[in-house]
Amino acid sequence: MGYFLDLFLSGLTRGSIYALIALGYTMVYGIIQLINFAHGEIYMIGAFTALIVAGVLTIYGWNQMAIIFIASIVALLYSMGYGYTIEKIAYKPLRHAPRLSALISAIGMSLFLQNYVLLAQTSDFMLFPSLIPDFKFLTSFSHIARPSEFVIIISTAIVMVLLTFFIKFTKTGKAMRATAQDRQMAMLVGIDVNRVISITFIIGSATAALGGVLIASHIGQINFYMGFIAGIKAFVAAVLGGIGSMPGAVLGSLVLGWTESFFTGYVSSDYEDVFAFIFLVLILIFRPSGILGRSDTQKV
Amino acid sequence: MSFEQIKKSLLVSLWFMVLTFPIMVIRVNTIYHTVEWRWHRMFGVGISVFVLSFLWRYLMGRKEAGLKRKDRGEADILSRSQKLLHEPRFTRPAVIMAGAFIIAFPFIFSIYQTNIMITALIYVVTGLGLNIVVGLAGLLDLGYVAFYAVGAYSYALLNYHFGVGFWIALPIGGGIGMLFGILLGFPVLRLRGDYLAIVTLGFGEIIRLVLENWNAFSFGPSGIANIPRPGLFGVDFSLREATIYIYFLMIALALFTVFVVRRLQNSRIGRAWIALREDETACQAMGIDKTKTKLSAFAMGATWAGMAGVVFAAKTTFINPASFTIWESIIILCVVVLGGMGSAIGVIIGALVLILLPEYLRAFSEYRMLLFGAILVIMMVFRPGGVVSEVRQTYQFKGKGD
Repeated sequence: MGYFLDLFLSGLTRGSIYALIALGYTMVYGIIQLINFAHGEIYMIGAFTALIVAGVLTIYGWNQMAIIFIASIVALLYSMGYGYTIEKIAYKPLRHAPRLSALISAIGMSLFLQNYVLLAQTSDFMLFPSLIPDFKFLTSFSHIARPSEFVIIISTAIVMVLLTFFIKFTKTGKAMRATAQDRQMAMLVGIDVNRVISITFIIGSATAALGGVLIASHIGQINFYMGFIAGIKAFVAAVLGGIGSMPGAVLGSLVLGWTESFFTGYVSSDYEDVFAFIFLVLILIFRPSGILGRSDTQKV
Repeated sequence: MSFEQIKKSLLVSLWFMVLTFPIMVIRVNTIYHTVEWRWHRMFGVGISVFVLSFLWRYLMGRKEAGLKRKDRGEADILSRSQKLLHEPRFTRPAVIMAGAFIIAFPFIFSIYQTNIMITALIYVVTGLGLNIVVGLAGLLDLGYVAFYAVGAYSYALLNYHFGVGFWIALPIGGGIGMLFGILLGFPVLRLRGDYLAIVTLGFGEIIRLVLENWNAFSFGPSGIANIPRPGLFGVDFSLREATIYIYFLMIALALFTVFVVRRLQNSRIGRAWIALREDETACQAMGIDKTKTKLSAFAMGATWAGMAGVVFAAKTTFINPASFTIWESIIILCVVVLGGMGSAIGVIIGALVLILLPEYLRAFSEYRMLLFGAILVIMMVFRPGGVVSEVRQTYQFKGKGD
């Protein structure tokens, strides 16, 4: 039972991180029908920025709480900046181009950002300081899970709730939903579509960066390649849940996290990544619209 | 260059200086707790972004002007590069000179240069194969290298276990590639375009990971060595002669590929591919079987990748899974995109430029992948048709003008 619980919690942690990334995918896809390949790179850049800021502040001898706070905030802000800029350079000029063009542009952006970090920083693994402190009130649960696991799960839950409120009740959230439903019509009723798309990228980037910072301090090391596989798996999760649907992305992420965790725990860890891909192919064949997605018929 | 524009460019470069600040300037060593500040990089970023933003605006302006001309119907049907390609006064001597150069190349230059050229030619063939899938049929295949790996491993394993020679393995490799293409294509081609990209990417990774982990079958990461070079009726070749032989073999294969692609392009199936790329729904309404047409494009592309894989194995005499990563697929994609999707001559130029330039400009070799990424974005934004864009078949009505 203990082993099962371990796997369950590690699956939940994994799923939470996938969910933070998958939300960005699903939001962007919902609005401009583009698989933002560079999204995983935003996650990686978030982790790198946090590492750099935390490293500098540690050397100048700041106290732990301040470092956590500042590093996370700076990482979030920078990722937002990157998300915004990427959209302006690589996707905005292609808004009326065929989807294939935008997709190729996204792949190019992903490749560019990976190599940008590789060249400007390093190709080695970098040790990431454990930013998450050992909270006193969590030590009584330490036989079940590490504090960082709790922090990841709890902060993911908070982000989900906030995001749901934002989409459901604020004016910008409404504008986002309207744009996702029908961009032309949204423009006609006076929604600044370009602004809405920018905001979507910014929010998606912020959640991805949060995921990056959390997972980096949980695992303890990062490199320039971390975003690629994580991004693809989050995409699998988004498709599993039904791309374009936010609760779907969360559900899909958790399902993927658990299945991966149990698969590696009980079957084999050699083929972990293979398993995720086979899972994706099976979903796409048998239920392309995902668990919570609507199947849309193509209109002319 | 107005004051407004300078102000805008200054703001943009300031934004990029801030944005790239932590990653470009600061470098922390988390083990020894030291920080390295590289301020000069910040100014480098500022100045280059300032210049680039003017270039960006200029190119954007030109693109918009071009679009406007097209809307008014004033645009030429053939672009300038296309006109050049259709001008016999230019093409005839160019073809003769290129032909003479190709034949003389291995005799003038060293084995090293010839080997680089062979690599470039392998990319020409794989590029032309991918061009069928991406350029003609509009299916984004990111796992193309998997078929290439299948070809290479089928030659290596057939040779290892049964002693099969190169010339028998070449069609078998192509055939197995095609089989895998059909196997993968059958379930996934019903999907929408962007899902296909991810599934094929996943498939490429699955093949690589299986080759890496299934030691009993593929000898794992250590790979397979001592793969024989192609033979010719039992003649013994020296290393130099063998290289020259492979070179001409590759030239022949490339010419054969160009021939097949050009014939296909104007056939019924080729036109069906192009129609499918342009509008799936309309295409189906015209009575074209979507799945069958897509599957044929996929299988055709995979066949060429399989054959190129066999040649690759024979050329390097050693293969391991590390040669078949996702980046290989993306480089091939880059070749197709730069050259011009759908145009054979474009793909050839693209492959030669992208493979030969980094070889000769060693100083830039570490920036290779960075540049490839930038090329993909820039080409898509400014010239989605590639350097040599495909000529669309158009019919002009030349009736009485009243």
